[in-house]
Amino acid sequence: MTMPPDLRDRLPVLLPFRLCRSKTQHRLGAGSGALLCVSLVLFAATASAQAGRVVPSTLQVIAKWAPLLLTGFAFNILISAFAMLLGTITGLGLGLGLLSELRPIRQVSWALTQIFRNAPWLVLLFFVMFLVPFQITIFNVRIPFPDWVKATVGFALPVMANVAEVVRGAVKSLPSTQWEAAEALAFTRRQTMWRIILPQCIKRMLPPWMNIYSLVTMSTVLASIVGVSEMLTLTAQVHAAEGGRPELFAPLYGFALLCFFLYCYPINLWTAQLERRFQTR
Amino acid sequence: MDAISGWFQRLYESTGFNFSIFYDSYDWNRYVSGLKMTLILSVTTILISLVLGAAGALIQSGPSRLLRSLVNAFVVVFRNTPPLVQLFFFYFGLGTMLPATETATGMREPLLNNVGWAIISLSLFAAAFNVEIFRSGIEAVPKTTIEAAEALGYTRFKAYCHIVLPLAIRVCLPALNNNLVNLLKTTTLAYAIAVPETLYALKQIWSESQNVLEMMIVLLATYGILVGVLVWLMHRWERAMHIPGYSR
Repeated sequence: MTMPPDLRDRLPVLLPFRLCRSKTQHRLGAGSGALLCVSLVLFAATASAQAGRVVPSTLQVIAKWAPLLLTGFAFNILISAFAMLLGTITGLGLGLGLLSELRPIRQVSWALTQIFRNAPWLVLLFFVMFLVPFQITIFNVRIPFPDWVKATVGFALPVMANVAEVVRGAVKSLPSTQWEAAEALAFTRRQTMWRIILPQCIKRMLPPWMNIYSLVTMSTVLASIVGVSEMLTLTAQVHAAEGGRPELFAPLYGFALLCFFLYCYPINLWTAQLERRFQTR
Repeated sequence: MDAISGWFQRLYESTGFNFSIFYDSYDWNRYVSGLKMTLILSVTTILISLVLGAAGALIQSGPSRLLRSLVNAFVVVFRNTPPLVQLFFFYFGLGTMLPATETATGMREPLLNNVGWAIISLSLFAAAFNVEIFRSGIEAVPKTTIEAAEALGYTRFKAYCHIVLPLAIRVCLPALNNNLVNLLKTTTLAYAIAVPETLYALKQIWSESQNVLEMMIVLLATYGILVGVLVWLMHRWERAMHIPGYSR
């Protein structure tokens, strides 16, 4: 038995599903934000109470080493910016490859996208770190690849695949009438793509692109596993320099958490805001 | 089995491609135990994160403001900090604060070992995303359906378990699928606290046998297959849960 269509519209089984509903976005209100700060301070205080009087308190230790740790954090952001730049440029190319009219190009780009999207970031990072030589020689010119450059390339690979998907999704989401109108005005395919389709897509691509950026920033700490001296490596070294007291672990890593949170949360809020503003439906 | 190992042995002798795990039983056992650990990690974290996500979404639609803001803070914090730092924070920071016993030989025996902390930390990380996903699924359930359940005398919890959640899961399956694949990939982070999962096992093998490229290929193939299996299972589940007459 099927319902008549007008009744089905009035009594839906489920409403249309949208992942990011605008009204009740996750955000910290003043209350929960204050709660978070208080718990952080309390936490640091209990940790320092455990430490006793003879040794410097936890907050003093963090204050003492904060400049070094923040330099490490700046290095993380530098890596993420370069990885994003590299990944966006190559990803744009790969995304256009996914939309190519030539079958082989489409298939190769599809395979590349799938491989780099489905492999864990850490595995890709290992891949680049171990298989790219530390320097190459072209015409007697030695080009060195320090480890952080290799790490950047390692992060750029998954970014590339994700950006390619974003580009493809954005282009596919445009109404086909745009293509038809461009054709009617005698634009070539390339002109249509670069002058009509892609400019309209920027608006749609920006929020997911910023999401990817926030993901990359959070992934840059993986570089510490392969020996790049970024924030997490420095945190471990600072901990060792302070005598390796076990009660220092939580505040030091907590400080790292805080730095990343303060950087990524505003980006996330901004992304959500842009998403709301650009909502076309 | 012998044919396979013989073939890989000959491949090594003739071309130098050393897939040692396929003919060396010691390496093979290490690889399989690594694979088992990855499976244990992924299955437990997926289940725990689903339960936590559903519970978080229930609390978020609940009446208590305090609980709501707590869940909110949890989601915001865990979504916006790197999972690796979370893992270190839990394992090194909290792990050393927990009381520990001593073994007969005087070694420190912590309450939770590294596998336990990896499971907890990864589950919490994925649960933060699941709360968000389930919540948007719940928003797709019409208010009239919940009112009908109330009229039939369901309590809020019962209505959630029997009516709201089953409907919500059906709409948010694609998003959930994405997050679970992500979680499977994130289990590699457990490498950093020396959980002997696939990456760890293969790293050991390639440091001993000097066959980095070959083991890297095995590693990529392994994760490709694992992700493929998970996606296939989730698609089957999606088809089985399909609501007749409801499609987008």
